[in-house]
Amino acid sequence: MEALLALVIGVLTACGVYLTLRGRTFAVVLGLTFLSYAVNLFLFAMGRLVIGRPPIIGGDTMSYADPLPQALVLTAIVIGFGMTAYVIMLALKARAELGNDHVDGHESS
Amino acid sequence: MSHLIIAPVLLPLLAAIVLILLRHLALPLRRLISVGALLIELGLAIGLLVALADGDIRVYALGDWPAPYGIVLMADRLSAWLLVTTVLLALFALLAALRNTDADGRHFHVLYQLELFGLAGAFLTGDLFNLFVFFEVLLLASYGLLLHGGGSLRTRAGLHYVVLNLIGSTLFLFAVGTLYGVLGTLNMADLARVVAATPVDDVGVVRAAGLLLFGVFALKAALVPLHLWLPAAYAHTSAPVAALFAIMTKVGAYSILRLDTLIFGNAAGPLAGLLDPWLLPVGLATLAVGTLGAVAANALTQQIAYLVVASAGTLVSAFGLANPEGVAAGLYYLPHTTFAAAAAFLLTAAIARRRGTLADRLDPGPDLPEKGLVGGLFFVITVALAGLPPLAGFLGKFLLLRAVLGQPALPWVFAVVLTAGLLALIALARSGSLLFYRTRSFTQAAAGAPLAVAAELAPVVGLLVLLLGLAIAAGPAVAYTQAAAWQLYEPGRYIEAVLGGGGGH
Repeated sequence: MEALLALVIGVLTACGVYLTLRGRTFAVVLGLTFLSYAVNLFLFAMGRLVIGRPPIIGGDTMSYADPLPQALVLTAIVIGFGMTAYVIMLALKARAELGNDHVDGHESS
Repeated sequence: MSHLIIAPVLLPLLAAIVLILLRHLALPLRRLISVGALLIELGLAIGLLVALADGDIRVYALGDWPAPYGIVLMADRLSAWLLVTTVLLALFALLAALRNTDADGRHFHVLYQLELFGLAGAFLTGDLFNLFVFFEVLLLASYGLLLHGGGSLRTRAGLHYVVLNLIGSTLFLFAVGTLYGVLGTLNMADLARVVAATPVDDVGVVRAAGLLLFGVFALKAALVPLHLWLPAAYAHTSAPVAALFAIMTKVGAYSILRLDTLIFGNAAGPLAGLLDPWLLPVGLATLAVGTLGAVAANALTQQIAYLVVASAGTLVSAFGLANPEGVAAGLYYLPHTTFAAAAAFLLTAAIARRRGTLADRLDPGPDLPEKGLVGGLFFVITVALAGLPPLAGFLGKFLLLRAVLGQPALPWVFAVVLTAGLLALIALARSGSLLFYRTRSFTQAAAGAPLAVAAELAPVVGLLVLLLGLAIAAGPAVAYTQAAAWQLYEPGRYIEAVLGGGGGH
């Protein structure tokens, strides 16, 4: 399971990096979204991968799912949503005001 | 548990909520609320500065959950110093915005208070993830402020700024996640304790995470080579916002200092001094590049923005000396350079308005009305930005150079700092002579009404008075920053304050 998750995070990050380096705002926004998915999964995995354990320390203290990364990732997801919404609106505004969807505002280069 | 620590964080948030609820209120009333909240905030910040002057490290456990399980706010001399600087700057930038900037959109004051909320929180938090959250708060507010008023150039610069900072936030989360995965805590004082006991196998991972964090903070502080976003963003936004943003690079510098002295401080065992090999070279390179940018700039706002880059470089060079004297010099220089840059942005707007379509471009233009007053202010700002006596910039640089005496880095620091000062002086003197002397006397713009001129330049004069105050009160101010620097180099006391006494009951 660890290898699969690592692979998924790696592929998502690679796609995200590639897309954020593109010249069009749509690709950049998609890339940022991929990066934020990758980092959310990464944060989640930092509590170690366990299945079917409660996030509370009970009598058997050795087996529990770390609740902190879950709280962190929830915060990160909420912030990520807000930021993505903002950057999409900004990209649309740039498209409307600059007349094209290049990140530099002009087609050449 | 004293609530004095959380009050400066909560007050701007409450003010923002009140302002958004009362958004249909007449503009003068909203201005009154915004300025009133900021004045109370100033009182709180000064109260905190006085309360912490005896060297206490105050800890506030949110919800009374003891550290390291709960999130704590933490205040020391450094936090209080930066908080007072921020609020003073915000007050004068807001006064400048009251003239017309805040009428361009309905939510200027809301965003302004949220920006302050993020800044105050970033300076006072004692938790790394909480720092991320406050960074996001201040960034989101800054996106709004940066684009406030609209315009295609502003939109383009804003898009770059937003995308870069989103990538920075993602990297911040990667670093935070790695640290938590290896060390199992995100409380800064607890991290300082645990880092020292990092298992040998994990040292490399923690080092990578630490340097990644440094990279993120370097992006915020606009250090070379991550400085390219700053001149465009600052040059195209409105002057009061640019003035407020003079503190934004200092948030990055502050975070670097915390990371360097607390988490990877002298008690960090195998990872002690992780950032030390990087800070000085990066700082000096930033200083050099920023100054060269200022020499090459073809518009005044752009020139000031490059000098903001240079000032971040000076600060990080001072922190990079890795001794308390250097840090003290940097901390004394910080308010000076922040206020000077803010005053310069505000004055540039006044100059640009007087030059009509030429705006702030460095081309010969018409003879300026109120040339004596505006030119005189420009002269004082030049003295401040270039670090000449008698203002505090000179003292700050002098202390910095004195701190480097006897260190192997001496020739580099002396050469770069002194040459950069000279180049900054040349660049500003050239702009000044071009703006005020090499004028083509065709149509002279009409002089403004005396009252309007006074209102326009009052925030600039206010900031210059602050600079003068900092120079006159150099004795107590330097003593305070030295005490703050010595405090930073005793990370054990932070660990004891946060983890030893619990919530401070």
